[in-house]
Amino acid sequence: MLFFSFFKSLVGKDVVVELKNDLSICGTLHSVDQYLNMKLIDISVSDPEKIPTYAFSQKLFRDQVDTQLLADSCRKELAEAKAKQ
Amino acid sequence: MTSALDAYMNRITTVITGDGRVIIGLLKGFDQLINLVLEDAHERIYSETAGVETVPLGLYIIRGENVAVVGEIDEEIDKRVDLENVKAAPLAPIWIPQ
Repeated sequence: MLFFSFFKSLVGKDVVVELKNDLSICGTLHSVDQYLNMKLIDISVSDPEKIPTYAFSQKLFRDQVDTQLLADSCRKELAEAKAKQ
Repeated sequence: MTSALDAYMNRITTVITGDGRVIIGLLKGFDQLINLVLEDAHERIYSETAGVETVPLGLYIIRGENVAVVGEIDEEIDKRVDLENVKAAPLAPIWIPQ
């Protein structure tokens, strides 16, 4: 659920979805579901070679997501799962 | 989320499958597994050496597990594209079928 929440916090923001075949789709995140299906609006596809993917996603993380909180939450969830075992 | 596809009903829709094929048709139905029903479907086969080949498929059901991307086609823009002179490398597969 953590990543679902993460993506929900990005709704309305401009995002890039990178497919596993290196096709990158830029657009505004309209909605996301529990399976992380995403609906983007006003999309555009740029030449993958012209998209510095790493630079972009880092910028996205820094600007719009509390990465510290996400990392802490991941650790917490993992610890809880271990405790249950 | 599947209600997000409501907006594409009875519109010309493009589907990119997991193996990188591009199928276009009129979206007549879908379900929560993203199984899709496309009317008058046709596949566009892109090639670097020749223009886009259009293969008519008829009425098509695409099983949801094969769907990577669903998009609405702007018919005005689509009409303006001269597919016979479009040369592009085909899309690489997005996932290997299990």
